[in-house]
Amino acid sequence: MLELINVTRKVGAQTHIDDVSMTLSKGSLNVLLGPTLSGKTSLMRLMAGLDRPTHGDIRVDGKSVVGVKVQARGVAMVYQQFINYPTLTVWENIASPLKVAGVDRATIKARVGKAAELLRLTDQLKKTPLELSGGQQQRTALARAIVKGASLVLLDEPLANLDYKLREELRAELPRIFAETGAIFVYATTEPTEALLLGGSTATLSEGRVTQFGPTIEVFNRPADLVTAKTFSDPPMNTLSVEKRGGSFVHHGGLHVPSGPETAGLPDGAYTLGFRPHHLSLDPVAGAVRAEAMVAITEITGSESFIHVDVADSRWVALTHGVRLLEEGDRVPVWVHPDRLFVFDRDGRLAAAPRLAAAA
Amino acid sequence: MARIDLDHIAHAYKPNPTKPSDFALKEVHHTWEDGGAYALLGPSGCGKTTLLNVISGLIVPSSGRILFGGRDVTHLPTEARNIAQVFQFPVVYDTMTVHDNLAFPLRNRGVPEHEVEKSVRETAEMIGLSDKLGRKASGLGADEKQKISLGRGLVRQDVNAILFDEPLTVIDPHMKWVLRTQLKHLHKRFGFTMIYVTHDQTEALTFADKVVVMYEGEVVQIGTPDELFEKPRHTFVGYFIGSPGMNVLPAEVRGDEAVVAGTPIRLKSSYPPASGKVELGVRPEFVALSDGPDGLPIRVLGVEDVGRYRIVRADLSGTDLNVVLKEGVPVPASPRAVFDLDRVNVYVDSHLVEPVAGA
Repeated sequence: MLELINVTRKVGAQTHIDDVSMTLSKGSLNVLLGPTLSGKTSLMRLMAGLDRPTHGDIRVDGKSVVGVKVQARGVAMVYQQFINYPTLTVWENIASPLKVAGVDRATIKARVGKAAELLRLTDQLKKTPLELSGGQQQRTALARAIVKGASLVLLDEPLANLDYKLREELRAELPRIFAETGAIFVYATTEPTEALLLGGSTATLSEGRVTQFGPTIEVFNRPADLVTAKTFSDPPMNTLSVEKRGGSFVHHGGLHVPSGPETAGLPDGAYTLGFRPHHLSLDPVAGAVRAEAMVAITEITGSESFIHVDVADSRWVALTHGVRLLEEGDRVPVWVHPDRLFVFDRDGRLAAAPRLAAAA
Repeated sequence: MARIDLDHIAHAYKPNPTKPSDFALKEVHHTWEDGGAYALLGPSGCGKTTLLNVISGLIVPSSGRILFGGRDVTHLPTEARNIAQVFQFPVVYDTMTVHDNLAFPLRNRGVPEHEVEKSVRETAEMIGLSDKLGRKASGLGADEKQKISLGRGLVRQDVNAILFDEPLTVIDPHMKWVLRTQLKHLHKRFGFTMIYVTHDQTEALTFADKVVVMYEGEVVQIGTPDELFEKPRHTFVGYFIGSPGMNVLPAEVRGDEAVVAGTPIRLKSSYPPASGKVELGVRPEFVALSDGPDGLPIRVLGVEDVGRYRIVRADLSGTDLNVVLKEGVPVPASPRAVFDLDRVNVYVDSHLVEPVAGA
């Protein structure tokens, strides 16, 4: 078990990590999700022992490890860049941490064989890294991280430099690989979809703070605040600033959204409504609120279309199935169902989550 | 801007190529329209960068000619081709201001200063750096530096074409949305001929009017995003476009009957007799799960919840089958897979087969 207790790291006047507390249990997969410079790498360096916290404590199985050297910690890291020894074979690359640790030959042979099998490298063991595809090079780096039997494996955007199809393939295998090793895995990514595909738990990061930490799908369905909701939405979450007056949320441009069972009890005042792009519809939806929109741009992916529209003073994105050929400047009605709305209060805290998302 | 003719172009890096595998780029013969937005899409090693280098003039192809607006430029160096290029990593003069970085390609060509000023201001507005024109580039983040690179590519409107080589790789997902949308907008507004190399399907499909899918040195399909999605001409296109990709299932096809995993399926059309490896292609989006007696028996291996949809990973007598279920659609206890027959394609030796006419 790895515990971070009120961990802060400052460098000069800058706060890189701001009062982070989290507990990671053995055999768990933990995603750190946030944009560049949100603190993912800084947090991993603290977990690895490469940096020391300015305040707070880091404990492994209840004992403080602050000040314990990286080499003594049982930590392995995998980076975005494929880091292997270019002149060694794949077998020698995977075996290298065991050789350094003075493990006997028979054990090395057995463990390298097992790691290679887990990462589907058995046929590549005699090659050197440069003869491999990018995906295989990164598999080699992963095998080397796993073969040590480290109790903490840190992966810093390990798939970012791969073709997206290779990424898809390796990502689908990772949960199985993680489950077989029993280590604590920490996986940093900038991509919400990657977090969802990996599952496990997710910590959303913003400006050095962990804004929420919990089971991935729960954080997605019930983000604690607007910052978390925006971090965990791709395309970005649509928002609208409104004023609650009695039974409706009113936008100053004239849009009225009736409150539902979850939101009727909220006190009057300023709120931000949020909803995901696939819940903004270009077709009528029973019980939905209609708004007049102007098309800004249409992007088609084949299976889906992203329609960027201007509504009142906001730019929204609708993610719809199939191909929609709309031109810039076209006026179209759009619909959003009140049951799909996240409601955030004046301070950005979640006041109500959508009924349908929570039930699904 | 100019039309680009790729006239029987092929390229091999080794001298005296003989067999097909000697060619990094197998024969390409196409015309790309003036003002078109094209994306070259494929995995690493597919030949897309070789093709881009042929267009930019870094490579003289082993055979064939390349024409810009009807003029043969095959042997002209890059600087004589009047093109703009944007690369994966920012190419920016750190000691110059944002303004001077943007002005550089214009001043370099002796454009009068009042016109430079006008173009720089317009470009800065497009890329959202109007309020930073006076700042030194060295103080900016990677995102902003890459925006400057994009701006330098867009600042001259008299170029034959603008070539982009994976320009958004270093950009955050949220900013990718913004920049991609702006590029598309600029393309609509100014009608630049744009060629965009990427291995990212979303980038390619959302950016381009026509996507050029490459595989093992060959152009396997040029099509609009919906053509690539609905009618992949090669199983590789079906696999590469879409996430997860198209299911490709071993089958026997006789006339309008297909047999998959021992179960007969009545197809919507009749197919000519085939010799070779026969497969059915059906996208995960067009497979439904039923709890009735119809459909193919499958074994569910796992369900991934991606928020707005779920991916069901299943086994169909030894072949992987993926199913995409929309939000709120349940997975039956012992499901069978039912295909949307309007969306099933037949492949022989990986190539799409058209049904018999009138059948």
